[in-house]
Amino acid sequence: MSEKKEALFSKKNRKLMTDPLDGSNPISVQVLGICSALAITVQVEQAFVMSAAVMAVLIFGNLIVSAMRNLIPSRIRIIVQLVIVAALVILVNELLKAFMPDVSEKLSVFVGLIITNCIIMGRLEAFALGNKVWPSLLDAIGNGIGYGWILVVVAFFRELFGSGKIFGFQIIPESFYDAGYMNNNMMILPPMALITVALIIWVQRSKNIDLIEEN
Amino acid sequence: MAINKNSNGYTFAFAIIMVVVVGTLLAVASQGLKSRQDKNTSDKKMINILGAINVEASRDNAQEMFNKYVVESKIISGEDLSAPAFDVDIKKEFRDKSLTILDRNYPLYICEKEGNRYYVIPVVGTGLWGPIWGFVAIDSDYKTIYGATFDHKGETPGLGAEIKQSSYSDQYAGEVVADYSGAFIPIIVVKDGSGKGMNSKVDGITGGTITSKGVEEMTTRTLGVYVNYFNSLNN
Repeated sequence: MSEKKEALFSKKNRKLMTDPLDGSNPISVQVLGICSALAITVQVEQAFVMSAAVMAVLIFGNLIVSAMRNLIPSRIRIIVQLVIVAALVILVNELLKAFMPDVSEKLSVFVGLIITNCIIMGRLEAFALGNKVWPSLLDAIGNGIGYGWILVVVAFFRELFGSGKIFGFQIIPESFYDAGYMNNNMMILPPMALITVALIIWVQRSKNIDLIEEN
Repeated sequence: MAINKNSNGYTFAFAIIMVVVVGTLLAVASQGLKSRQDKNTSDKKMINILGAINVEASRDNAQEMFNKYVVESKIISGEDLSAPAFDVDIKKEFRDKSLTILDRNYPLYICEKEGNRYYVIPVVGTGLWGPIWGFVAIDSDYKTIYGATFDHKGETPGLGAEIKQSSYSDQYAGEVVADYSGAFIPIIVVKDGSGKGMNSKVDGITGGTITSKGVEEMTTRTLGVYVNYFNSLNN
């Protein structure tokens, strides 16, 4: 702790938070955690709560692993990470059931599936295990938001075109339906989430040319 | 460093301590939160029962409203008719393959609202991904449905999950489950849009056929039992 101090929000530390939003986004660039992005983006509200839950687990996971990084035996580090993540997820689930029962009902099985979210294991293994607590916290927040915004954007389009609603409120007016407009039921099915994510990736890469791989 | 972190001893010790700590933590959390969770579950059940007779309750006043409107809870058929009806877990009994339809308990909640009596029947069945359940309120004539609520564990949002919406469950209100002689009439879920009106048919959900059919199956299976019971009261 007595090493030379680095500013809490130095340029390097800020980058930890901002990079995952765009240049190294866990979903659109690293293509991790796609499964949950397909499953729970039918409605915006679910996407929000899921992002918050993943972020909470990611933050605490990163903090714990980073704090213990000098104690964890390297031979069983993956198992240790898995136990930490699983314990956190169960804890989040129990707390949701006790204090936010309505939210818990909405997310149902998906909370349990956070355990298998590759982003979390990825960040623990690639970042928290080799970095101090503070950068790990920033990294977790950045990746959590990077995951969350994609989810919310995908959910926005899926709910709007799939059910004509946002946050459960009717957005597309009744007169459109009377004129022959129909909700696109395809949007509700998982494949359209994949296509929506692909469109986001397309937009992102055409704006950020560095991301285009050469081959 | 005195300890070799790559030794077997250290690895074992670490694993053992970790498991004990995590296990204790989770056990404490589970035990500590259990009473709150149980209360949430029973509040939700009360809200759903009241929802079937169109009484809106919130988690804050569920118990109070339940005591106000539900005048009697009883088991009409099952092992022990004197057992507390509210505690019967029909979902668990439905899952239990060793129980036949006749062995299961059938709770009935008798409610009184604005001088009228309503009979609230719990139903449980299977959707596409998991269990679905609901409560159907029968009017004091023992055959007209007054209201219904349905819920599910993990049906597809926007498709099967729509059974939870009032746009679906409101179709049940006014349907008749017994003819003049008391014979049971099931409520059929149809696809062709002919469910409008009081004709023992309701419109299914587009893209949610299996869930809709699950609702049909559970109401048919369960309501029949209660119609027989109501007939025995009439005679």
